[in-house]
Amino acid sequence: MSVLAAASPEDLATAYDRLGTPPAYEMVRQPETGLVMVRGRMGGTGSPFNLGEVTVTRCVVRLESGEAGSSYCLGRHKQKALQAAVIDALWQRADDRERIETEVVAPLAEIRTKADEDLKAETAATKVDFFTMVRGDN
Amino acid sequence: MYVAVKGGEKAIRNAHQLLTKRRRGDTGVPALTLDQIAEQLAISVARVMGEGSLYDEQLAALAIKQARGDLIEAAFLIRAYRTTLPRFGYSQPIDTGKMLVERRISATYKDLPGGQLLGPTFDYSHRLLDFALAAEADGEIEAPVRRTPIDEPMPRVTDLLDDEGLMEADPVSAEDAPVGDLTREPLSFPADRDLRLQNLARGDEGFLLSLAYSSQRGYGRTHPFTGEIRYGAVEVEFFAEELGFAVSLGTIKVTECQMVNQFQGTAKSSPKFTRGYGLVFGQVERKAMAMSMVDRALRWEELGEEQVAPVQDTEFVMSHSDNIQATGFVEHLKLPHYVDFQAELELVRRMRGEWFAAREAEEKASRNQKEAAE
Repeated sequence: MSVLAAASPEDLATAYDRLGTPPAYEMVRQPETGLVMVRGRMGGTGSPFNLGEVTVTRCVVRLESGEAGSSYCLGRHKQKALQAAVIDALWQRADDRERIETEVVAPLAEIRTKADEDLKAETAATKVDFFTMVRGDN
Repeated sequence: MYVAVKGGEKAIRNAHQLLTKRRRGDTGVPALTLDQIAEQLAISVARVMGEGSLYDEQLAALAIKQARGDLIEAAFLIRAYRTTLPRFGYSQPIDTGKMLVERRISATYKDLPGGQLLGPTFDYSHRLLDFALAAEADGEIEAPVRRTPIDEPMPRVTDLLDDEGLMEADPVSAEDAPVGDLTREPLSFPADRDLRLQNLARGDEGFLLSLAYSSQRGYGRTHPFTGEIRYGAVEVEFFAEELGFAVSLGTIKVTECQMVNQFQGTAKSSPKFTRGYGLVFGQVERKAMAMSMVDRALRWEELGEEQVAPVQDTEFVMSHSDNIQATGFVEHLKLPHYVDFQAELELVRRMRGEWFAAREAEEKASRNQKEAAE
């Protein structure tokens, strides 16, 4: 679920389309946008406090075969929440799990890893290498 | 007495229509897209998300566009919007120790584990206008230099000194202890640090900056060092009741500032370094720093210090930090006060009449006295 939540709506839609005809499902909970209050910790590790809210969209679906899938994603992308819930439901179905892993989860995880690696490499280039000036009075 | 007066509907309607036209400006110039605002005015977007207290880049970009770049008006629009959405609950506290760091510096340790990563910063720039940006097209952007990152942990600087007891430890409350929420209960005093931090996190950057500056200039005793500033993405996790486990919602970007202050100790507490904490949405470093300094100043009572300056006055700081409330009260003065003013006018007229009458009587009395003496 965390890979699906982290994916961009466009990337998730592409992965969803790769699965071909969507399975039959019923909507248990329509995609709904609401707020989650994000908490931080005093000093980073101390008691919690409320920092501010984020928009979150969630959705629950049930496949004809009975598996329920749900999603929680930052933002207000209803289609993304719906597609993530359907993918989550398919993942619960033993027959589909491997297909979901290879065709959806792995490619999306790879996109994320690549983006993270790019960011780390660009950031690493801004690391300060200190050197000490030689004193001239000896 | 309030007297109902009607009128102005047509003028208001026309004024709003005119605003729509002026907002758009010259139609020969392409309209801004929300993506342009979110991508290229990222720090304005972050400020609106922070002071609007809602992290959603597209909404903040829309608010900035609608408010013609007035960031306080934009934050106001965001605050109004958030009231239309249901609250699902509270997240698990974010772990800034696991941040995907884009910038991390310390002014107290040169060689700290993980190193000093400057990231995208205005620091060390000469503040010279770059006229190349004024040209029609930006042209090709040079790809940033890359370097193989060393995957070493990046402990918070404040955890480094902790071993020696030189650094004050973070206060830890029971896991199920209630956490104050200003969006649920109105502000009351005294206010604990959880409420203070929430208030500061959504407070006005300019107000916090001035307060922090005042504490440096001698209004309040602080000797701050920037222990650490880090900026980057952190995961937000939410415990979904119906699933029975915490799910990751995705990542948000935050700036964290750990300000370290020398503390001489009191009868209650040994000399050590104490800390102020700043945490804000987006790359808003100036505010994170100011917040950490104000947080530290407001802790005077718990540390047994003297209260000598405005920055230490919890009620003063918290009651005036919110720019939405502030602008509401200041700007309401533009609304019709015709009846109020009419009453004041009568009052001032009467007072003037009495004043002149009294002065005349006084002059007459002193004239009579003078004549009698002669």
